[in-house]
Amino acid sequence: MKLVTEQRDGRTVLMVKEGRLDAHNSGELKDRILKLFEEGGRDLVVDLGDVQFIDSSGLGALLSGHKNAIQRSTGFALAGLQPRVKAMFELTRLQRVFEIYPGLREALDV
Amino acid sequence: MCKTSETILNLDIMVPSQTRYLRLIGNIAEQLAKHLDGEKSDRETLAYHLNLVVTEAVTNAIQYGCANDRKDKIRILLSIENSDLCVRVYDYGQGFDFEAVPIPDIDELSERGRGIFFIRSLMDHVEYRKTESGNVLEMKKRLT
Repeated sequence: MKLVTEQRDGRTVLMVKEGRLDAHNSGELKDRILKLFEEGGRDLVVDLGDVQFIDSSGLGALLSGHKNAIQRSTGFALAGLQPRVKAMFELTRLQRVFEIYPGLREALDV
Repeated sequence: MCKTSETILNLDIMVPSQTRYLRLIGNIAEQLAKHLDGEKSDRETLAYHLNLVVTEAVTNAIQYGCANDRKDKIRILLSIENSDLCVRVYDYGQGFDFEAVPIPDIDELSERGRGIFFIRSLMDHVEYRKTESGNVLEMKKRLT
């Protein structure tokens, strides 16, 4: 799974360079998010701009990150959701749970 | 249950019970939906939904299927029967209580349990039952 981490404007950005998040790779995403927090990462932004497909396990990995951020009193935002990916958040009503921005720029401008 | 009298198309697929095959199976289902007649935007949406429900059903079969001599295989049947697009996913394990799977509670933020919710939400008919050839999760979408 290709995951790229960068520091931008004092925030940790995790770019998911995969077209598909499913049960085959979502565990790796979950572990990477947890590791970033454990290493002291703050106010994490996950860029999902390349992700064209997400299943329930992908949503679960992101929820794990969200809950971890709450426990550590830090931020956790999602950016760049493609329309069909966003529709899955809406179907499960998770768009009300996550901090979601149209793109990475908007997420970092906050 | 889907009728079998007017089967227009039938894809019978067997894959190892491993998550690395989810992409392949999902893409086959997606391509099948895109191949159907109708409005392009509708077919694109159906294609995504079919990719998703097949991915969820096969993931479920991998997680819950654990039995005898065929334990390492998952069988997927994709077909167009009458005016329905039918998906059947077979596993050869002990199965699970499909009806007992709850609707995910938005306030609990559980990381699991949304797969069956997707299947129930996006398909018109869903049934899970035990057959002589294994447990089958049968899903049907009306095309007209």
